[in-house]
Order: sequence, then structure tokens, then C-alpha cells
Amino acid sequence: MPMNDKTIKVDYLARVEGEGSVYVKIKNNEVADVKFKVFEPPRFFEAFLRGRRYSEAPDITARICGICPVAYQMSSVHAMENAFGITVDGPIRDLRKLLYCGEWIESHVLHVYMLHAPDFLGYEDVIQLSKDHAAVVQKALKMKKIGNELMTLLGGREIHPINVRVGGFYKVPTKKELAPMVEKLKWLRDAAVEMVRWSASLPFPELEQDYEFVALRHPEEYPFNEGRLASNKGLDINVKEYEFYFQEEHVPYSNALQSVLKERGPYHVGPLARFNLNFERLTPTAKELAHEVNFLPTVRNPFKSIIARSIETLYASEEALRIIEGYEPPGQPSVDVVPRPGLGFGCTEAPRGILYHRYRISEEEMITDAKIVPPTSQNQRSIEQDLRSVVVKNISMPKDQLTWLCEQSVRNYDPCISCATHFVTLELEKESSRIS
Amino acid sequence: MNASKPKVAIYKFASCDGCQLSLLDAEEELLAIAGAVDIAYFPEASRRMMRGPYDIGLVEGSVTTPHDVERIRAIRKECRMLITIGACATAGGIQALRNWKDVKDFTRIVYANPEYISTLDRSLPIGSFVHVDFELRGCPINKMQLVEVVLATLHKRKPNIASHSLCVECKLKGNVCVMVAKGTFCMGPVTHVGCGALCPAYQRGCYGCFGPMESANTASLAKHSTDNGGSDIDVKLAFRSFNAYAEAFRRESDAHE
Repeated sequence: MPMNDKTIKVDYLARVEGEGSVYVKIKNNEVADVKFKVFEPPRFFEAFLRGRRYSEAPDITARICGICPVAYQMSSVHAMENAFGITVDGPIRDLRKLLYCGEWIESHVLHVYMLHAPDFLGYEDVIQLSKDHAAVVQKALKMKKIGNELMTLLGGREIHPINVRVGGFYKVPTKKELAPMVEKLKWLRDAAVEMVRWSASLPFPELEQDYEFVALRHPEEYPFNEGRLASNKGLDINVKEYEFYFQEEHVPYSNALQSVLKERGPYHVGPLARFNLNFERLTPTAKELAHEVNFLPTVRNPFKSIIARSIETLYASEEALRIIEGYEPPGQPSVDVVPRPGLGFGCTEAPRGILYHRYRISEEEMITDAKIVPPTSQNQRSIEQDLRSVVVKNISMPKDQLTWLCEQSVRNYDPCISCATHFVTLELEKESSRIS
Repeated sequence: MNASKPKVAIYKFASCDGCQLSLLDAEEELLAIAGAVDIAYFPEASRRMMRGPYDIGLVEGSVTTPHDVERIRAIRKECRMLITIGACATAGGIQALRNWKDVKDFTRIVYANPEYISTLDRSLPIGSFVHVDFELRGCPINKMQLVEVVLATLHKRKPNIASHSLCVECKLKGNVCVMVAKGTFCMGPVTHVGCGALCPAYQRGCYGCFGPMESANTASLAKHSTDNGGSDIDVKLAFRSFNAYAEAFRRESDAHE
């Protein structure tokens, strides 16, 4: 029997944000070991957030991730507002969603076409892909640019926007400033319809996993900034109960903590989870298209997350259009903020899934404690489970091909390793403080 | 692949990935750049990783582990021109806030399993370890400046990147000065130009993400703040952020400790 034993190693996983590797050991035709390792050095954000002003949290936590800074800004401002008993609604709430739409669009288009699609079509990167599919790539770049333009218009720039504050914005756009986006977003909506059809036509490896999908769920809306945490296996909790239900574990080979649902194990967050749990809240166009391409809940093939990202790109373009067309500027760019000491919780839907923040604020308006759980930490266990299943299913595949398929399996999650590594310190500190 | 094309490598150290993402965010220029150079090593974008030597190395991120020290020395040897991009690579980044902690005590308390994680006492810029040919500032960098630096390097000329204060750019844009008109604290007078004077245009004070300008008079700005009711702690926090370990800002924040 050929190849009883082999080791699959990807020392530096490409087309993901940050530094990670894959290790799979096969012995006697069985999978002996699977590791998704994160070797990116930790940056200790929670540690140095202590002693900073509450108002600095959106700008500082944005620096955890250059790909999804708005997610960090949104989770942090909602956590602070929760601590201070503030609710933001009306046009400011809409503008936050609009900014988030911009981030979903640029992040999803980046991942679908530049990071993920090359795997399905057998190219090493988007530059190689563009040699044979120039029109597709040029269109993708134009789509991505519209997402970035939305972020620049509302946030000042697309990476680490400067306009978000606790309570709202520093400055809000006029109707006239938003108006030029309408035609662009209409074009984007049409392009996203094609994107859904195109992504649904890709060749998908077979794999069905019995995931527990976790996402925010809101009574009326597809979730961005608000909602309860729900799953397809009965979870339905308030965001502030997060730490009663989820815990982080430290494994020796990774600089990122791995989250699990207590007594239940791994779970899956991100576009596929949001889609499966919130299908009814999509726009009629998006739902109709999902029917057309036969992509309906509950989808359990992780490779098909690329279709969920495409549908969400369509959703975000329609939602952005709706917000702009109904926009009336608020009287003030932000609501009044009266800080008070206490605890605040925030959880929003980053492009890659739920992003949880918790802060304690002192009398002096300083952060005394911070906890941040990014989506990629939460998906690590599911990633490892998928790797195991993929290898078991394809154990006789030539090693080069199987290695590439393993890489593709990790990229199904659009993992952001830069996000995932900054969280070691706090957990260890907490453990040691429990001991002492 | 064309053998005559200059080879470019893009490396990551401790960072948020935002500065290298700027390259992918240069949507209109990306395919032109990819046509003009051979992007030979760019793990964030490609699984194709060609061996060096390279003509240009772009480095994002700060050095925070013993392994990184060895890595940057090896990278210097394989790159003819080495360009650092962003506040992490040029000043140690936001993670340099650890440089003020007593890391020895911190490590003892924190690491129940110290063998899992290897980290240095300080987060330092690339230039602390190897010679750097050009430093591009910003948290994040300005993508058009990145395109300019790459083009200039390819044509063997000096990049056309200004190094004066943000105030000059702000005046040229015709912004109303937030410090004069509203009394808002603004780092503009001491901050390196490059972002497009964004914050004042959005009615807030600059928070210094491009780091200190050349010969910044930080003491004068700090005095202006404290004379107008600002506290020492606010001055300290203002200088101790995304470019905290850049010398001018480091000195000023220490003076308000």
C-alpha cells in the first residue's frame, strides 16, 4: 500500500492575514495529529489598554487589524456605550452600519477574489489568476474600491479610519457628499449578483460538517452591531453573558487562544454562520438569488463560505443604498457621552464573525481591564476539525495536492491571524491572578 | 515571469497587516505594479514564494522576538534596497507601549508556560537592527506614498516624500485650525506630514499617527496644552501612542511621567 505515513507541513500559510502554519501527521493511513499553529508574536493589546482613556479604545483597538479596523471600532464603542448606559439610534446608528457595509464589501471582495478564488481555480495568487481572467479581476478591484470609498467617505481613510468615537462620529457627511455613492453602489449591486452566480459555479470539494454555528441575531435586521448571540443548537443569550458560555483555552503550539463553547466544544463563526442563522433577514434580491443558485440554509460545506461572502456583499451593497437614499443628517455628529465607572460589553459582526469586547472603566474614565475575543480565535478548533476531515476523506491524494487542499480548508475561514494573536497575555494574567 | 524585472519581497513582523494591505488597496495601480515588477515574495497575497536575492524588500512590523532579530538580519542580506513601511517598522508601533513595563516581572507573572512564547523586552523598529534605505511613516502608511517610494527606488531616485509638519498640509488644504478655533488639542505642529491632514478636516485634533516631524518642538506643544488646562497625563498619553518609541515623542512623554 503506497504512502502509509506522511507529514503535511505548510510552514508559512499564504493568502491569510498574519503568520500561521499547518501540520498534519498521517500514520498507517490514519490522521495521527493536526495542528493549526499561530506563530505570529503577541502584541499584548489588553495589557497596554489598561491605563488608557475610554475614549482611546476605538483608535487603539483598530490597530489590532488593518483588514477589519471598523469591526474593532464598532465593538469598542458599543461596549463603552453599554458601560455608560447610552443608546445610539437614528441617523448615527445608520451611518455606523453604512461604514460597516464598506468594510464588509472591501474585506469580502478581497477574500473572495484575491485570497480564496485562486484555490478553486488552481492559481497561486490573484496576479496569476488575472493573466487568464483579466476581466474578472479588474471587476473585483473596482468592487473592492467602492467598499474602500465608502470607508474613506465616512471614516477619512479605509485603513484605521479616524472619524469614529464613543457616541457617534466627529463629523457626519451631508446628503450631497453621500450622493455620488448611489450610482457606484447600484453598479456594485449588479456586480455582486454576478459574483454570487460566479462563486456558486466554482468546483467545491465535498465536505459536510456538523457545526454549531454562532452569530448575532436581531429581530428585524441582518446583524451588524446589535442582537443576541444565537446558534443552530439552541444557544440564545445576551452579549453580556458571553463569558458564562464561552471559554478560551491555551495550547502549547499556538500564540492564539482557542475558544470553545463550555461543555460543547468547537463552534463556527463568520459569513456561513450569519447566513445560516439569519437567512430570513436578507433582502428579497439576496434571498431570491440564494434560491436560484440553490444555496439555502443550513449549509454545512465550509468551502461554500465563498458563496456566503458573495451574498453578503450583495446584501451590504443594497443595505448601503437603502441607508444613503433615506439619509437625513443628524443635528449633532454624536450623542452626549457622560462616562461612569463600570463594566461594558460589546459584540459586533466583523467580516470574519463575532468580535467580543469587554471593558472595565474607572472613576477617572480610564480602562482598568479589557478582554477582546476575535473571530479567528473562535474558529481555530473548527479549522483543525475540518483539516482532520479533509485529510481523512482524501488520504490517498498526492501530497502536493493534499497540502494545497489543506491550505484551502484553512482559507475557508478567511482567518485573520494578526487579530488572533493579541490575546495571550490577558488570559494568562487572569489564570495567575486566580492562583494568587 | 520575466527575469529582467526587478524582484520585490514583502515581509511582515509584529503588526496589523494594514500597511502591506495598502498595496492591495491601491486598486488602480496594483496590476500596473505587478506588471512592472516581479512580486517574488508576498505571503499575504500569494503561495508562490521565490527565493532571493531581491531588488527591493518592503518590511512591515516591529521586532519583538529573538527569532525576529535573526530574521531581519537575514532579510537585510537578501535585499539590495530595504524599505520600512509604517509606524511599527519605523518606530516600534503601538506594541512599543510594552517598553515602559517592567517586562521581567510581567513575564514572571504572565507566563505560566514560558516555553510556549518567546518575546523580547521591547518592541523596536527595524532600523535598530539593520541599515534601512528608506523609512515610510504612518499608521497606516499612505498608499500613494508607497507607490511613489517603490517607483522612485526602481528609477534610482530619491522618493519625493515631504517631512515637514502636518500644519503645512492642513493650511494648504484650507482647513480651519481646530486648536485656534475650538481649543482642541492637536498634534499637528509636531507631526510628520503624509496623511492629508485628515483629523482636522473631520473636526478633531491630529493624534500623531505619522510620528514626529523633523526637529519637532514637542516641549512647546506640551506647554501650550498644560497652559490651557491640559493635564500631564493627557500630554503623556498623547505622545505615547502609535509612535510612542520615536525619540522625540518618547522624550516628551517621559517628561510628563
